[in-house]
Amino acid sequence: MAGKDKKVKVPRATMPEQAPEVRRRNFMEVPLGLTDEMAITEAARCLQCKKPACVEGCPVSVDIPGFIQKIADGDFSGAIERLWDKNALPAVCGRVCPQEIQCEGNCILGKKGSSVAIGYLERFAADKARELGSGTLPKVADKTGKKVAVIGSGPSGLTVAGDLVVKGHDVTIFEAFHQTGGVLVYGIPEFRLPKDIVASEVATLEKLGVKIELNSVVGTTVTIDELFEEGFDAAYVGVGAGLPRFMNLPGENLIGVFSANEYLTRANLMKAYLFPEYDTPIAKGKNVVVLGAGNVAMDAARTAMRLGADTVKIVYRRSREEMPARAEELHHAEQEGIEFVLLTNPIQFFGDDDGRLNGMECLKMELGEPDESGRRRPVPIEGSEYRIDCDLVVVSVGAKANPLLTNSTPDIDLNQWGNIVADPATGKTSKKAVWAGGDIATGMATVILAMGAGRDAANSIHDYLTIGW
Amino acid sequence: MFKIVSREEMAQGTIILNEIEAPRIARKAKPGQFVILQVNEKGERIPLTMADVDPDKGTITIIYMVVGKSTALFGKMAVGEEYFAVIGPLGKATHIENRGKVVCVGGGTGIAVLHPITRALKDAGNHVTTILGSRNKDLLILEDKMANASDTLHICTDDGSKGHHGFVTDVLKDVLEKEDISLVVAIGPVPMMKFVSAITKEKGVETLVSLNPIMVDGTGMCGGCRVSVGGETKFACVDGPEFDGHKVDYDELSNRLRAYLNDEQKSVDESEKNA
Repeated sequence: MAGKDKKVKVPRATMPEQAPEVRRRNFMEVPLGLTDEMAITEAARCLQCKKPACVEGCPVSVDIPGFIQKIADGDFSGAIERLWDKNALPAVCGRVCPQEIQCEGNCILGKKGSSVAIGYLERFAADKARELGSGTLPKVADKTGKKVAVIGSGPSGLTVAGDLVVKGHDVTIFEAFHQTGGVLVYGIPEFRLPKDIVASEVATLEKLGVKIELNSVVGTTVTIDELFEEGFDAAYVGVGAGLPRFMNLPGENLIGVFSANEYLTRANLMKAYLFPEYDTPIAKGKNVVVLGAGNVAMDAARTAMRLGADTVKIVYRRSREEMPARAEELHHAEQEGIEFVLLTNPIQFFGDDDGRLNGMECLKMELGEPDESGRRRPVPIEGSEYRIDCDLVVVSVGAKANPLLTNSTPDIDLNQWGNIVADPATGKTSKKAVWAGGDIATGMATVILAMGAGRDAANSIHDYLTIGW
Repeated sequence: MFKIVSREEMAQGTIILNEIEAPRIARKAKPGQFVILQVNEKGERIPLTMADVDPDKGTITIIYMVVGKSTALFGKMAVGEEYFAVIGPLGKATHIENRGKVVCVGGGTGIAVLHPITRALKDAGNHVTTILGSRNKDLLILEDKMANASDTLHICTDDGSKGHHGFVTDVLKDVLEKEDISLVVAIGPVPMMKFVSAITKEKGVETLVSLNPIMVDGTGMCGGCRVSVGGETKFACVDGPEFDGHKVDYDELSNRLRAYLNDEQKSVDESEKNA
């Protein structure tokens, strides 16, 4: 390839961002998006590999060189159409996918210099289409007359709905909350994923014919068997990991100790950061501690900073290397003044006479031998207990499977953790005509893996509806 | 969806009844279960235990006291207007069986929650003694309905304007003394449930209480409603709302109910300023 060396030398686009000292006190989106010129220049860096490794790294097999070529040609409508072929949520994925371990991690340019900024370009194409109202939606196949119930409107449910409606099936999404999007609206904050973007992606699905029933808690408002009695031919369960994990430490029920789910749901879904314009309140801590070091922990920490905290600490029992959050989230958090207190484990929480949190006790750790996860096991240092003063703690150490739906459907097999057992290739469960995917099947993972599971299940559901179980 | 089909003011307008169209919920709801309501897109999610359901008509009934901004907004809605969201039925239903002689103790709007449970206990063949308490006779609700659902009804008022002058616990002690009671169901303000449970614990009489802590989603997702029961943390929304009254940590519950006191006042002040 003649131009290859030249392309390696063109620097990767840098995403314009709100300055850290400004954005740490507002809820507006941090990255501002590429300009047309920046996007075209970046797109031109793509080598257009014959066997694109980037596509292999994508759980939903987006035609990455294809949409990038369209951007390079200045054909932005063509770019979004290529994306929509494989991905119903490009504006979301461009923002929240861990590209560094997927598409961009596989990019040949990355071996010698910097990979193509595939995430930035995906976001650019999706934002451009939304801004201009451009791009023709995928063609919907002739109606099959088959009805599919999609339970949960998070990333995997939305993917299933989009895929199946295009194949001509009659799709209804059942959502427990009053708003669609699942974790995209209750979990991921506005400054990382603006909610009007999620709403616009859902509106695209509605334009394709997807129906939505809000305020429907499947398992209690209606059961899966009742949905079958109502005439549905197949059901997809994508209800997420909706049960917070606490640490069972003394003082955990003091006022001021929250699960990340509660803290973020108040802030994001209920828009408590706009209180009292919105009615739901949220605790505004002066000295905040977030326990855990995943993406959700970073979201909670950065939210606390935006709500006016003086100090925000991430307390994590392992070292920097093991922090599971995306590189970009860690970087943004640090830029905004979030302090990482590593190799430190909480032991108990302290409160005043009114039951309000005012501090916690921690123990310092050191790294020992590798554990079953392959990571070095943190071992307590004896006598290293010390106190951290804090008035707000967010426990962000993961979530378990919520049993509300599965309790009402005893013929769906669960594993020892309560997750639904689903065939990894197809999403099929032990119950006929029921599929599952995303966090309820895999345990807590990422948006794009949930979407990948949704894609596989949608193909399998289509086969069932047209061929058989 | 969620249209108000009838509305009633009780207790001099401080307590409101709404019968709401919610066919899916009405088909499934059982005594003891609750719903979460949201008045508009900006509204807070408020959990309320259902006072009645009519599966044929497709309606549910809630009865609430106007105490803050959200319930004030609920109270202003007229027949024909719609709630933005109603979700349910949530929580576990009351376990109803024939236990012989039972006592139902209700206070304030807790009486509304107690009514369908009392009726179900009576229908299951129990001999039901009911003790209702309120500050004065004008604040007492559902007296006739509770009389119909009970074999014996006692009224207590703090000011003596009706029935026994004093607390429900006075009458309860009396009843426990004279009769062989196998179950007490107590629903009302936290201090009432706490004192009732203290008395029944001493006598060794099984006691159920229904808790209404602060919640967000009501489906087990947020853990905001956690309560300590017998030293274990439970989520009132999915493990409850009913618990063994002898094991609940009422002081922790009272504290947690006060978590947003300042914000609640701010919210009321702000909305009054705007009005």
